[in-house]
Amino acid sequence: MSKHPMQFVPSADFKERARGALDDDKLRKSFRGAMDFLQAKRRNQFSDEEERESLRDLGSAIRKYALANLPDLLEQLERKLTANGIQVHWAETAAEANAIVLDIMQRNAARRMIKGKSMASEEIELNHYLGEHGMECVESDMGEYIVQLAGEKPSHIVMPAIHKNKADVAKLFEEHIPDTPYTEDVDELIQTGRRALRQRFMEADVGLSGVNFAVAETGTLWLIENEGNGRLSTTVPPVHVAIMGMEKVVAKLDHVVPLVSLLTRSATGQAVTTYFNLISSPRRPGELDGPREVHLVLLDNGRSQAYADEQLRSTLQCIRCGACMNHCPVYGRIGGHAYGTTYPGPIGKILSPHLLGLDEAGDLPFASTLCGACSEVCPVRIPIPDLLIRLRNEAKRNPNETVATPLRGQGAKHSAAERVVWQFWSGAFKSPKAWAALRWGATRLRAFTPGAQAGWTQHRTPLKPAPRSLHDLLKDKGQPE
Amino acid sequence: MQTRTYPPKPSNVYLFGTCLIDLFVPQAGMDAVRLMEREGVSVHFPQDQSCCGQPAYTSGDAEAARKVARAQMDLFKQDWPIVVPSGSCGGMMHEHWPKLFAGDPVYGPKAVALAVRVFELAEFIVNVLRPDYSRARAEPCKVALHTSCSARREMGTRGHGLSLLASLPGVEVVEHVRESECCGFGGTFSLRHPDISGAIVRDKVDSIAGTGCQRFITADCGCMLNISTAAQHRGVGVAGTHMASFVCERLAGESA
Repeated sequence: MSKHPMQFVPSADFKERARGALDDDKLRKSFRGAMDFLQAKRRNQFSDEEERESLRDLGSAIRKYALANLPDLLEQLERKLTANGIQVHWAETAAEANAIVLDIMQRNAARRMIKGKSMASEEIELNHYLGEHGMECVESDMGEYIVQLAGEKPSHIVMPAIHKNKADVAKLFEEHIPDTPYTEDVDELIQTGRRALRQRFMEADVGLSGVNFAVAETGTLWLIENEGNGRLSTTVPPVHVAIMGMEKVVAKLDHVVPLVSLLTRSATGQAVTTYFNLISSPRRPGELDGPREVHLVLLDNGRSQAYADEQLRSTLQCIRCGACMNHCPVYGRIGGHAYGTTYPGPIGKILSPHLLGLDEAGDLPFASTLCGACSEVCPVRIPIPDLLIRLRNEAKRNPNETVATPLRGQGAKHSAAERVVWQFWSGAFKSPKAWAALRWGATRLRAFTPGAQAGWTQHRTPLKPAPRSLHDLLKDKGQPE
Repeated sequence: MQTRTYPPKPSNVYLFGTCLIDLFVPQAGMDAVRLMEREGVSVHFPQDQSCCGQPAYTSGDAEAARKVARAQMDLFKQDWPIVVPSGSCGGMMHEHWPKLFAGDPVYGPKAVALAVRVFELAEFIVNVLRPDYSRARAEPCKVALHTSCSARREMGTRGHGLSLLASLPGVEVVEHVRESECCGFGGTFSLRHPDISGAIVRDKVDSIAGTGCQRFITADCGCMLNISTAAQHRGVGVAGTHMASFVCERLAGESA
């Protein structure tokens, strides 16, 4: 097994990993408990339905407005940040983003990086890349730290170690942190982690963070967190590098307020987080603290593909609260790792095909009952089921078909056999005569209904047609047409 | 889902029977007819109907879905309401047909015009027919209610189902744990991902069984068949009854 067992897993093995997760009772209990807890917390935050719905309308409108003006806002953001002394870098791919961060470290003769929480850095596999170039990265968000010690990837975008229980953490700390006896006392575990990390903040040459929102009109980076590790990562080391997906820009400072309210209430059921950091420049002359240099890496990595399509663009409205995961019947049963992608759950199913291509992630849009629990709680009203259906069509599309702007990996899940099934199906159901014949056969020959029905009978008794169809019964009754 | 305005009680309606009811639960269709006829409405059933196209639509074959949907769209020539005894099929016709035919110069406007005429059965009974069930059987009976997710979200069927059950004397609806959670059916999802689907429906069966009710009522045959056959597979005594059949059953002893 590689040093990073959860890294570079192909999302194509989704079914197999899902099966493994379903068989893991401990894992399922962890997720069920966490989902119930988080759902209840969110519910309590939104007890006023009218307020919730109008806030969601507002959040959705703000994000749509930002996306409608994305190129202009990004240019404005770059201008403002630059004027504020923050250096802006554009990365079209994960490789470019990694190289930019490495270059910043090398120019500063840096070796050690302390990381606040950043899913964008997970997406580009930054730790792995920097590790290969002799750099040492330490995650400072407690969940991320636990996951890093375990050599895994986050299983949730907001609560990365949600799949771990107290005993798992106790074992990891005992094994990896010197002089740490095994204990399942949560307060003690947190103190242990805190002590171990405190040292790392002081030693770090570079701090890396994500960004929740970047404000174009003022050139401000918003960072929301609960542990204070984000503030330490962005203020103690002499260099701060922030990395964000290019869609996270918003037009005005005022626009952030409702989004923050939606984000914290939807994510963890908190009215507000313990910390939020507004970063608008490096240390100014005369100031006693703060980094000497601040950089922002703006990451595309497939996002412009979603942006280019009017319907798929709404994917980029996401503010990464994770509520869709917390309410998803599939995610709640299989957990985050089964997806094999940085972003799991419903948002992962609609975002990963752009980041990785439909050839790599094309199975994921099919792993949904389309129940709509995700879009019902989405704070910015992303119509996730509609996007899943659209991506299913694109994944199944005949590869020989030419379309104006094909998606990466389009047609990768095309199956001639399945196409034949649907052709037969549509042939039968579009012709009243064919459907009548099929009904006749199914009802009159019901004694011969197969006892094993692909997939269905693994967990259910077989479906058996009735002796007479509704068509027949109503004809007998003389029902008018 | 938007708040709908409802028409006054009509003299005629169309019934769209759905393919699942047609083949597997035809009695639910018969009972739907009976409930509407009881209110003096003439129910028309165009014999050329088949399926709303949902299976192909959700499986990523929009073209196959369009072929089947198109074949239904010219069957309902009079301007009467189209009543569907299945929330998810109703949702397909009400919500998704207009999307499926967006940009089609002929079927696009047709889909939009049809969509406003489509009602789920319980919705139609509660808001349009407004029957008086006060003389139905009164002996106490506890049931659980399961509403299809897409139907609940697209057609508001949970509220309609509860209202309809509340209008029946003696019927008590017992809420089960995580009532609003999906039953794991999801059309072809149940075949494509049998393991995940099986795990979800197992929890749903346990949750309904946990109420002590052996019976759940639903207006969606996909969910009903999924939950009932999964319970049967494990030998758990939980079985579903279609809303229309349940209401008919309660009306059976009705004094004339």
